[in-house]
Amino acid sequence: MGLKEIRTQIKSIQSTKKITKAMEMVAASKMRRAAERMQASRPYAQKMREVVSHMAKGHLEYKHPYTLEREDVKRVGYIIISTDRGLCGGLNTNLFKKAFQEIADWKEQGVEVDIAVYGGKALNAFKRYGVVAEATGLGDRPELADMIGPIKVMLDAYDEGKIDRLIMVENEFINNMTQKPRSTQLVPIVSEELEELDYHWDYLYEPDSKEVIDALMQRYIESLIYQGVVENVACEMSSRMIAMKSATDNAGSMIDKLQLVYNKARQAAITQEISEIVAGAAAVE
Amino acid sequence: MAMTMHLNVVSAEEELFSGTVEEVFAPGTMGDLGIIPRHAQLVTTLKPGELRYVADGHMAALFVSGGIMEVQPHVVTVLADTAIRADDLDEKAATEAKERAEAALEGKDPEDLDYEALQAELEAAKAQIQMIHNIGKTLGRH
Repeated sequence: MGLKEIRTQIKSIQSTKKITKAMEMVAASKMRRAAERMQASRPYAQKMREVVSHMAKGHLEYKHPYTLEREDVKRVGYIIISTDRGLCGGLNTNLFKKAFQEIADWKEQGVEVDIAVYGGKALNAFKRYGVVAEATGLGDRPELADMIGPIKVMLDAYDEGKIDRLIMVENEFINNMTQKPRSTQLVPIVSEELEELDYHWDYLYEPDSKEVIDALMQRYIESLIYQGVVENVACEMSSRMIAMKSATDNAGSMIDKLQLVYNKARQAAITQEISEIVAGAAAVE
Repeated sequence: MAMTMHLNVVSAEEELFSGTVEEVFAPGTMGDLGIIPRHAQLVTTLKPGELRYVADGHMAALFVSGGIMEVQPHVVTVLADTAIRADDLDEKAATEAKERAEAALEGKDPEDLDYEALQAELEAAKAQIQMIHNIGKTLGRH
């Protein structure tokens, strides 16, 4: 390799390194904000869980279908949450692996699967299974209002008995460095998740218990999915931060190696030139 | 000192208000509700409108796009929606999500005028204007 080529390559790697470094820092700050939003959504979900627990365990005249387990499962709904953009390590790949595995397991048992997706990556990955509803381009600050469509499609399917279970697959944010694919059953609501209550009174309902519980259940499921999406954004950012950090490090060591090659080549060229001059001078004498 | 209770207003996205209040007025779907401490346990759905509360003798207001309110004798929790909700709107969102999926499977990109969403935005804007108007009147009296 000529000296000029090596120099050009070093320059190009340096500019790549600058980009990955910038992406790393952007991802780090976005991750912090996503983690804050995750925290901010907790009081709502917590309060919901309290009220829903009360209604599920209380001796009410109306039992909501989301609290009743169906014995015969023929079709399962999956909500898969991915990122819109790439360059975030193996985050989506690991998630899809888990989802593919679960779907394959259901199919083995003769259970059909319906899929709804959030995020462009999941849409592309699950196209061949047939996606019933999607929402993409939610951005770094996802809003609940943009998520309602797919949720409604899936809950309607559940109400109509088209699906007998609804499962969400997303990434769990364990800490800044670790994310893990997780699948959670949303409907029917897993009763262990509900809190044990030691009081025995009932609310007054306005307009009536059925309407209030219906509205509440729908929002409860929505809040779980919102949390899933927000958590996945936090995972995306932390995963991108790590991926970009290792890319920056790799670029650094590559530059070092090339610099060494460059220096050697330069030295060799100088040595050669000197020996040529010396040889030339000797010939003249 | 007047009896007080705790008011929490939370939405799925953030906490909107948390503090001690003497009285709460909420836009229930069956009609407006006035809540004072030691109210019986109650759960009600809310319609879009203003949620007013009295803290330290001063009235303040928040705009809610609907939601659910839980009342306990000394705690009132409002689970506020982040956007105006209505069955037909949700239906519309669902249909769109389905269409987008179908289009994505076919490789098309649907773009059409979002009439219902615009209407909902208009509705919300109207309610907000009404609220600002009311605040103006309250301030004018003092």
